[in-house]
Amino acid sequence: MAAHNLKHALFCAIITIIIAYPILGLNLVAQGTSVALEGATTATVINVFLAAVAVFLFQLFRDSIMGVFGKVPNLNPMAKRGPISQERRLLMERVFFVAIILLALVWPFIVSRGAVDLATLVLIYIMLALGLNVVVGLAGLLDLGYVAFYAVGAYTFALLSQYFGISFWLALPIGALLAALFGFVLGFPVLRLRGDYLAIVTLGFGEIIRILLNNWTTLTGGPNGIGGIPDPTLFGMEFGRRVKEEGNVSFHETFGIAYSGEHKVIFLYLIALVLAVFTLLVIRRFMRMPVGRAWEALREDEIAARSLGMSRTAVKLSAFTIGAFFAGFAGTVFASKQGFISPESFVFLESAIILAIVVLGGMGSQVGVILAAIAVTILPELAREFSEYRMLIFGAAMVLMMVWRPQGLLPMRRIQIELKEQG
Amino acid sequence: MQDLLYFSQQLINGLTIGSTYALIAIGYTMVYGIIGMINFAHGEIYMIGAYTALIAITGLASLGVAWLPVILIVALICAMLVSSSMGWAVERVAYRPVRGRHRLIPLISAIGMSIFLQNYVHLAQGSRNIGFPALIEGGFNFGSGDGFQMSLSYMQITIFITTLICMTALSLFIARSRTGRACRAVSQDLGMANLLGIDTNRIISATFVIGAALAAVAGLLLGMYYGSVDPLFGFIAGLKAFTAAVLGGIGSIPGAMLGGLILGVAESMTSGYLSGEYKDVISFSLLILILLFKPTGLLGKPEVEKI
Repeated sequence: MAAHNLKHALFCAIITIIIAYPILGLNLVAQGTSVALEGATTATVINVFLAAVAVFLFQLFRDSIMGVFGKVPNLNPMAKRGPISQERRLLMERVFFVAIILLALVWPFIVSRGAVDLATLVLIYIMLALGLNVVVGLAGLLDLGYVAFYAVGAYTFALLSQYFGISFWLALPIGALLAALFGFVLGFPVLRLRGDYLAIVTLGFGEIIRILLNNWTTLTGGPNGIGGIPDPTLFGMEFGRRVKEEGNVSFHETFGIAYSGEHKVIFLYLIALVLAVFTLLVIRRFMRMPVGRAWEALREDEIAARSLGMSRTAVKLSAFTIGAFFAGFAGTVFASKQGFISPESFVFLESAIILAIVVLGGMGSQVGVILAAIAVTILPELAREFSEYRMLIFGAAMVLMMVWRPQGLLPMRRIQIELKEQG
Repeated sequence: MQDLLYFSQQLINGLTIGSTYALIAIGYTMVYGIIGMINFAHGEIYMIGAYTALIAITGLASLGVAWLPVILIVALICAMLVSSSMGWAVERVAYRPVRGRHRLIPLISAIGMSIFLQNYVHLAQGSRNIGFPALIEGGFNFGSGDGFQMSLSYMQITIFITTLICMTALSLFIARSRTGRACRAVSQDLGMANLLGIDTNRIISATFVIGAALAAVAGLLLGMYYGSVDPLFGFIAGLKAFTAAVLGGIGSIPGAMLGGLILGVAESMTSGYLSGEYKDVISFSLLILILLFKPTGLLGKPEVEKI
C-alpha cells in the first residue's frame, strides 16, 4: 500500500511540474517580429516546485489526511440542528428581503456616487441572475447564451432611441418583450434537445447574436457600438443640466433645487431597484404557481413528469421565455446606465459570470442568488489588486463548488405541506 | 477554368482546416462516447498544446538547433506531453469527483475548468497574441501567370499527412490494442466492463490523455498555419471541433473525422464566396440545424432513453 502510494505521489508531483513549469516558468516575449524566451522570476520557479512538493506530500499521506478530516467534528454549528420549520424559514426569508430592500433604499443617500453606480450594476446582475435562475435553477435547462437576450434588450433600447427617439419607459417593455420573443422563437425548436446539447446550441446562438451585432455595421454600428442613449425621465422631467428635448422640464428647476449630477445616478439606481424587486416578486409568484411546480417536476424527472401528462415543450418554453424577458429588462437598464453599448459587453464570459452567480448561490434559491450576485460584483471591486486573478478564481470556484457543494451556498428548499397527525 | 481553380483553392483550404478540427473533435467524441459529458475544457487543452509547442520551438531556436525535423519532433513531443498531462490532471481534479451526478454538474465543472485554464495561460503568458514562426514555407502554384493562382503550400501538405498518420494510428490502436478494446467495451457499457475486471478509471484517464495528445498535434499544426497564438484561441476552435463531433455523430470516431472535414469545407466556402465574417455564423447554424433534424449526426447511433 505504502509503495503504491509513493509511486502515485511521485507521479502526481511530476505531472504537476509538467503542467506548471513550461507555461509559468518560460515566458514568451515578442521582440519585434520574432519571439524570444525568457525565464520567469526565481520566485515563480520556486513556487512551482513548492506546489509539486505539496502535491507529493498530500498524495503520499492522502489516506491519513482524509481520515483526520473525517474525524474532525463538523465545524458548522448549524449542521447538527434539525431543519427549521417551514413557517420560520419563510418568515426569515421575508425578513431578509425586507431588510435588504430597506438597506437598498437608504443606500444611495449615505454613500458616494461611485458606490451608487456600483450598486446599480449589482442590481442589474441580480435581475439577470434571477432570470437565469428560472431557466437553469428551476427548469434545469442549461442556457449558455443567456447574454444574447440581455443584448437584445440593450440594443432594442439603443436602436429605438436612435432611430425613433423612443424614451426609456416605452423601450423598457418593448425591449423585454422582444427578448422574450427571441427566447420563444429560439426555444421552440431547441427545447426538444437533451441537457448538454441544449447548452451548446444556446452557446452557439449567443455567439451568432454577438457576431451579427459586430458585423451588421449599417444598423448596429459594428464594434464601435451605439452611443448617446438617453437617460430615463421622471414624468417628463430630465436630469441633465439643460433640457435636451422640447416640452420637457428639468428636475432641478421644477423643484427649485441646485443642479447636481448625483440626482441622475440615484434616480437610475432607484429605477433599477424597483425593477429588481419587481423581478423578484414576479418570479416568486411563478414559483408557487402550477407552472413553477411543473418546471421543477420536469427538472427532477422528465419521463415521470411527461407520463403524468405535462407538456414538455410548453413547460420548458415558458421558463425559457420568462428568463429571456427579464434579461431584456436588465439589458434596457444597462443600456441607459452606460449610455453607450457595444458587442464587447455581450461576450460568452458574461453568460458564464451570470451562470456562476446562479451556481454559487444555489440553483433555484432566490436568497442565495441575490447574495451571490452581490458578492460576485462587489468582491473584485474591494480587492482591486487581485482584479487580474478574478476570472481565474471564478473558474476555480465553479469547479470546487461542483465538487464539494453542488447544491450551492444556500440551497433551495421546496415548500411543502405536512399533514398533521390525527390525535 | 478560373472558377474551378478558385473552387479548388477553397476546397483545399477547407480540407486543411477541417482535418485539424477532426483531430480536436476526436477528444470530444471519445470522452462523450465513454462518460457522456462534454469536455468543455478540451479547447483550452488544445491551446495549451499550441503554446507549449511555441515555447519548445523558441527554446530550440535560442539553443541554436536549426534542423527542421528535430525542431518539429521535439516541439510535437513537448506539446503532447504537456497537453496529455493537463488532460489527465483535469479529469482527475474536475471530472472524476463529479462523475455520475446530475448531467449539468460535470458540465458546469467543465466550464469552470475552461475559464480557469484560459486565465492561467493569460496570466502566465500575457493576453496579446504571439507570432508563431512559419517553419515550413513555400508550396506548389497552379494556374496561369496573370489570372487566379491556386496554391498548395507545403504546410498544408504537412497538415494532411500528419492528420492521416494520427488517424490511422488511432484507428489501429482502438481496433487492435488491449487498451483500445477496453475503451470500446467501456463505451458500450461502463458498469458491465467494470464487472468484467476492466479498470474503468484507468480507461477513462487514457481517453482523456489520447484526446489531449491529438489536440496538441492540432495545436502545433494550426499554430504554424495561422501564424499566431493567444489564450482565447482555444475557445472558438473547441466549439468548432465540438460542432464537427456532433455533425459526424457524437461518440463515433470516423464520424468526428467526417464531421471535421465537412465543417472545414463549409466554412472555407462561406468565406470564399460570401464573407469571412460570417463563417462562424455558418458553422453554428449548421450545428443548430443538425441537432434539430438529425440529433444523432451523420454516423451516430440513436440513443435509447432508459427508464
